[in-house]
Amino acid sequence: MAFVSSGYNPAKPMENRITDIGPRYYGDFMPPVIVKNKGKWMWHEILEPGVLMHKAESGDEVYTVRCGAARLMSVTHIREICAIADKFCGGHLRFTTRNNVEFMVTTKADALALKKYLNDQKFAGGSYKFPVGGTGAGVTNIVHTQGWVHCHTPATDASGTVKATMDVVFEEFVNMRLPAPVRISMACCLNMCGAVHCSDIAILGIHRKPPIIDHEVLDSMCEVPLAVAACPTGAVRPTKIEYKGKTVNTVAIKNERCMFCGNCYTMCPSLPLSDKEGDGIALLVGGKLSNRMTKPKFSKVVVAFIPNEPPRWPSMTKVVKKILDTYAADARKYERLGDWAARIGWERFFEKTGLEFTEHLIDDFRDPAYYTWRQTTQFKF
Amino acid sequence: MAKHKTPLLDQLESGPWPSFVSDIKDEAETRHKNPNGVDYQIPVDVCDDLLGILELSYVEGETHWKHGGIVGVFGYGGGVIGRYCDQPQAFPGVAHFHTVRVNQPSGMYYTSDYLRSIMDVWDRRGSGLTNMHGSTGDLVLLGTQTAQLEEIFFELTHNLNTDLGGSGGNLRTPSCCLGESRCEFACYDTQEMCHTLTNDYQDELHRPAFPYKFKFKFDGCPNGCVAAIARSDFSVIGTWRDKIRVDQKAVAAYVGGELAPNAGAYAGRDWGKFDIVAEIVNRCPSGCFQFEGGKVVINDKECVRCMHCINVMPRALRIGNDRGASILLGAKAPILDGPQMSSLLVPFISAEAPYDEVKEVIENIWDWWMEEGKNRERVGETMKRMGFQKLLEVTKRKPDPRNVWEPRHNPYIFWKEEDVTGGWTRDIDAYRKKHQR
Repeated sequence: MAFVSSGYNPAKPMENRITDIGPRYYGDFMPPVIVKNKGKWMWHEILEPGVLMHKAESGDEVYTVRCGAARLMSVTHIREICAIADKFCGGHLRFTTRNNVEFMVTTKADALALKKYLNDQKFAGGSYKFPVGGTGAGVTNIVHTQGWVHCHTPATDASGTVKATMDVVFEEFVNMRLPAPVRISMACCLNMCGAVHCSDIAILGIHRKPPIIDHEVLDSMCEVPLAVAACPTGAVRPTKIEYKGKTVNTVAIKNERCMFCGNCYTMCPSLPLSDKEGDGIALLVGGKLSNRMTKPKFSKVVVAFIPNEPPRWPSMTKVVKKILDTYAADARKYERLGDWAARIGWERFFEKTGLEFTEHLIDDFRDPAYYTWRQTTQFKF
Repeated sequence: MAKHKTPLLDQLESGPWPSFVSDIKDEAETRHKNPNGVDYQIPVDVCDDLLGILELSYVEGETHWKHGGIVGVFGYGGGVIGRYCDQPQAFPGVAHFHTVRVNQPSGMYYTSDYLRSIMDVWDRRGSGLTNMHGSTGDLVLLGTQTAQLEEIFFELTHNLNTDLGGSGGNLRTPSCCLGESRCEFACYDTQEMCHTLTNDYQDELHRPAFPYKFKFKFDGCPNGCVAAIARSDFSVIGTWRDKIRVDQKAVAAYVGGELAPNAGAYAGRDWGKFDIVAEIVNRCPSGCFQFEGGKVVINDKECVRCMHCINVMPRALRIGNDRGASILLGAKAPILDGPQMSSLLVPFISAEAPYDEVKEVIENIWDWWMEEGKNRERVGETMKRMGFQKLLEVTKRKPDPRNVWEPRHNPYIFWKEEDVTGGWTRDIDAYRKKHQR
């Protein structure tokens, strides 16, 4: 492992330095049929799950084959994707916002051959490498965060919960038989770098124990005022205590005020929260961000806590499946999950899904809470 | 032979969905065999140790990554996320495991040559593991050591002609839907606007000067495939203000059953014969869509452009010709003040290059937020704290009923002194001459 220089000279970091050039120009990467017909597409059709056709004013057609992928992928796997693009697509491909891979060809026959090829590729462990689907009224790929693979604040894993969930709902990825699209998202803590707050089904890691205070080093590792200011409920205050025979500057925490958001830990590494028994998953449902028919909606918490059960989180996936199946059986065509729940009423949602309504599901955080209480005599028995 | 036993992770190799465990295991093995003779610049067993430490988290139910770490490339304040594990003795291959964010091309099209050239750099100088893509849009290179950061940056900029994305309190890597490149619903060229603004704001992207993160997302239409309204501080969403284009012959073909509704998106279940009244007329949120005498009649003035009718009959109905975008501001995840979606600031704006009007709105917002925003306060929170009126003032916009769902519920109006005839200075003695104590 001899050091190989790129040409960078650490003694003169500014020598030949190139900065602020931005990303590569997108137009250099699009397939010819896309370049030619950009802005001139007339209509599209989903020929079968995972296969789309777009028709241009010129009469040209582009066939897209969409396949699922784990967002976490290796260079070898990506090279395999590149080889498929070379073999079938003139060396072009794209990724979707929801971590799917799309291959584009210009005839239907090529598209169907490509679909078969993709569905034939498997990992040694037996899972599909490139399952074709993720279109129309089904479940598409889950957008998610890093979890235990790479993050310092997670309350659960991301890649594992996604794999476990997608295995359970896989038939909905390769079919288009739901009342409307269902978008599942996953964020492994309340920071929500995955911003799952407007998803049909959101899987969210949560903490339930207040931070542990590392008194011995807190004052040297953190800016105490920043840690204090970080707390949205004023639960953190500065204090001096005797610790191991020394007087130390540190913080005190009013545990009963803690809402377990972890913002103090973001500002101060001496306040870790993670805990095997404390951490787990909350499920939120009924959000959407499309403006179709109804307004965009926030997701609502319908299960306050499910313990972490790696590697397959069976209690969590069971509830997800139950919600999805109940929705699929009961909703009208075009109704997103949240539209369905709003129409039947949330009291019916809990009745039909068999989920328990607990005190944790009633909002008590600041002004918006009031607007979720029921100011009417209209309700269902 | 695997370096660490991973009985829990191994259970994630079965089942139909692509297994990240299988992929990492394969990569671990590939690195040991090294068939391409790569001169690995970080430990060969980085993938083994990642599996090992992840298995430990699966057993213990807690993460093993330390908090932060200030690393980066010279002159940039973002684009690299420092990461160290808290068990470096047991897992030396991932003792440092920094992330490098590479700015993706708009619309995330790639050529295999370009993608392979990034993979070659990453094979040699990193873990060989990536995220395609991160939540904000970057191509994420997952796991390398500090000494490699400048080398990777040098190769990205010199050999691959590309750059890093954003992190920290700066403009985050903007992203867009694929827009006009392959979608008939796109109301403007999302890729071009995203690419242009990304380049115009390189300084804001690389050098943190903001109170907190600031995200741009560009959706081509109100369907919102890139989630701008939920996931970006500055959300640009395509729209039009003239008439939906109607092809009555194609309407008849949908009604007659010759064309499949919804472009086939609901074809997996027998929903019965397409019923234009039940499925469109009765579902139109503003009641502007009628079906009379075998023809579609749309009262376009009342249309709220929800896209439903167009989604159902894409061969008969097309977006209007007078196109532009709406600008909404302030979306964020719940940390700290609860979740927010973006609120409508500019109902309609030109979305044509060079985007001067859009940039004026952006820069006015930034000037205000950089002045008034508290440390780690998203612009949506600043808006809540200081009021929508302040936002209108700094963006020099007139109040518009489209800014709100409905007028305020309380009469506690913050009148300004200049609003009131005679001002606020009054004389108590003069008052008492008329009103006894």
